[in-house]
Amino acid sequence: MTDQQTVVEATEPSPRRSRMTPGVLIEAVTHGSPAVITMLAIFSALVVGGVLIVVTDPVVLRAWQSLGYAPGTALSDTWQSVATAYSALFEGSIFSPSTVAHAFHGGSIAAIFYPLSLTVFEATPLILTGLSVAIAFRAGLFNIGATGQFIGGAIVAAWLGFGVSLPLGIHVIVCVVGAAVGGAVIGWIIGELKARTGAHEVIVTIMLNYVMIYLLFYLLSTPRALQQPHQFNQIAPPIAANANLPHVGGPPPQAGAGFLVAIAAAAAVAWLLSRSTIGFQFRTVGANPSAARSAGMNVERAWVLVMAVAGALAGLAAATVILSGGSPPPPLADSTYGTYGFDGITVALLGRAKPWGVVLAGLLFGALNAGGTQVAATTPVPTDIVQVLEGLIVLFVAAPPLIRAVYRLRRAAGTGMEAIAKGWNG
Amino acid sequence: MTAITNAVRLPQANIRRYLAAGTFFLLGLIDIALFGLTAHSGDAIFALSLSGSGIQVPSIHVPAAPACFVLGAISIGAGVLRATSELSRLGRRLVIAVALLCFLLALLCWADAGNTIGPVNLVDVLQGTVTAAIPLVLGALSGVMCERSGVINIAIEGQLITGAFAAAAVASVVGVLWFGLIAGSLTGGLVGALLAVFAIKYRVDQIILGVVINLLAIGMTTYLYDRVMAPYTDTWNKGNFFTNLKIPVLGDIPIIGPIFFDSNVFLYLTYLLIIVVQIGLFRTRWGLRVRAVGEHPTAADTVGIKVLWNRYRNVILGGMVAGIGGAFLTVGNVGQFSTGMSSGFGYIGLAAMIFGRWKPLGAVAAALLFGFSRQLGDVLGLLQVPVPSEILSMAPYLATIIAVAGLVGKVRAPAADGKPYVKA
Repeated sequence: MTDQQTVVEATEPSPRRSRMTPGVLIEAVTHGSPAVITMLAIFSALVVGGVLIVVTDPVVLRAWQSLGYAPGTALSDTWQSVATAYSALFEGSIFSPSTVAHAFHGGSIAAIFYPLSLTVFEATPLILTGLSVAIAFRAGLFNIGATGQFIGGAIVAAWLGFGVSLPLGIHVIVCVVGAAVGGAVIGWIIGELKARTGAHEVIVTIMLNYVMIYLLFYLLSTPRALQQPHQFNQIAPPIAANANLPHVGGPPPQAGAGFLVAIAAAAAVAWLLSRSTIGFQFRTVGANPSAARSAGMNVERAWVLVMAVAGALAGLAAATVILSGGSPPPPLADSTYGTYGFDGITVALLGRAKPWGVVLAGLLFGALNAGGTQVAATTPVPTDIVQVLEGLIVLFVAAPPLIRAVYRLRRAAGTGMEAIAKGWNG
Repeated sequence: MTAITNAVRLPQANIRRYLAAGTFFLLGLIDIALFGLTAHSGDAIFALSLSGSGIQVPSIHVPAAPACFVLGAISIGAGVLRATSELSRLGRRLVIAVALLCFLLALLCWADAGNTIGPVNLVDVLQGTVTAAIPLVLGALSGVMCERSGVINIAIEGQLITGAFAAAAVASVVGVLWFGLIAGSLTGGLVGALLAVFAIKYRVDQIILGVVINLLAIGMTTYLYDRVMAPYTDTWNKGNFFTNLKIPVLGDIPIIGPIFFDSNVFLYLTYLLIIVVQIGLFRTRWGLRVRAVGEHPTAADTVGIKVLWNRYRNVILGGMVAGIGGAFLTVGNVGQFSTGMSSGFGYIGLAAMIFGRWKPLGAVAAALLFGFSRQLGDVLGLLQVPVPSEILSMAPYLATIIAVAGLVGKVRAPAADGKPYVKA
């Protein structure tokens, strides 16, 4: 889709675009380049989220009821309500001034970086599921099935993690590779169904998500499969110490090898898409399957391959969660899959299906998730505000004409997501 | 591309025939070998009336093992028929229904024979099926209304959850349940309007849009629940719900009465909506226009049908129907709202719509089948049958995959479904 967009923009006369002058920058702002649109979308989401925080705050509402007597109180309470929530969001995810002050008085210097490490930790699986959705997008497929592929990877990773005993170093590699294979198998099934029968991947992936969730429940409640012995809950045995991804110092969770896996995966996807033959085929199939077929490409094979790769990426996301190496290590449970799969969709959309865009988007959403915990801990605003913000950001990003209309930007061309609009039959 | 896939598909008619026949054959073998041979000796007993209802119908006693053998034989017969003769479309569907029914009955006989809990109450199971199907049917009808006009509606889940939230909140605050129902419907319509504006005006990819709206709706309702509803349950989430309203004469008919005519207003409203949408779509000028807009908008536009207006109207009306389904979850069923209570019903409704080939009655049949599989899971769980309930819960989803993969006939969406219309 982004390629089509590039094509559209390239064919339009915009002579000043090629040179990096102040004029180019101004034009980018007044006409709304993708980056500007994204910034405005984030800003708009924060504004709408702020309104939501205010209108659900009983203190503020009471202050507004007595607006006539104390208008100052109403305004300051309103400001207070939003400011405390958003500053908690910032302090929980980026940096908290109090830790610096503390460090000057003999406190730990590492504590300054603790919020950032939480952000990176939260971002790791999001980047990987985001890449999973993004690479499928580039081949014209919408992978709603990252949840199912995540579970496929999680089952394999967990089983290899507690079921086998291997030496240090090798064990963790086996588990990570196993998770990728587990996810790839699920993705491959989806690709095969699409390629052989023409079944729409969206329907297949939605349904397969539920199938995988129930499969996980079944395995976790069967003692001979994944259930921990002498357990009534749906929980697997803990992962062996050798199988955990190493992490660097500090109190866990800390930025660890999982994040390196995510960055390496992003680099690999970037290389695959822009430098390899198969990546070129993916992009061509995504831009125009008929043209790809006419050019002699095997469209069906590209679908199967891209879904297998997407599945492997979602499986890797599971590995970074299951093998994250907390203390005690979190075992696989019936809620481990969380919302990583669906968050991957939002991350991929925000990152405009470009590998490094996905990394940035993953970091942003990781920061929001990390900050959300702090918001809930220190203010009366529940952590779910983060989910609302994420939804709003992506809704606005997906509709550039809306942002253009709201902020009076000129020219409506090169919009984002409608390029791949197609029906169930397509 | 369509032409090519069609060319590839042609020999698949034969593959499909043998695949279907093989499946029926396999089901028959399972009926005989797995259920018939391992069934406990003795009768399977099925109760046919609820305790305390007016006219008591005697229970049915069936010898379990022979019954399984007979049912298996019928299923194998269906397989042979499918493989050897060229059946009409209706015939093919009948054969599928027969094989499926035989399998379910054999399963029930096997599970019921010699159990210590007591007879399985079929009326109870079917009543539960109908109740479980209500949100699925309304969700699927919402999908049918949107997609027949050419707008893909994956946002059913979001329409259900916001409808459920608004219904519980308004019913609690105002104190009138009907206001809750109306509020649920209007909120569902509002989500529909959001979908319509972004899909029709801003031409955002409708599948992506639906997913994003669902995430937003779930996030928004969870936030509002935690911030407003949960701390003030007495004001916002009282948990009142509609009581049963037995229809005078029809409700007293044995077996059928308690299943179809002894429920609350939501079931009757659902009947009404099914009839309205079915007749509306296929027998009225409105329906003809909607279908024209969904199949070939350019042609529709040429003869003066307002394409965009038709789409806006249908998407919003569909949202209102799903909103009623959402209201059912709270004021029609359990009363109180809880976070994430739509728990995938919207996606099952979507599956039911596809399974039912974008037709109201087909969607209803699929929703009933999905509702039944849920009930069956509960029953088998109670009977402590060694079939894991998780595997049964998978059934609707696996069935949908099989359906879209074309193994039981080809499903095809309205031609312009999901394509934004731009006036030439």
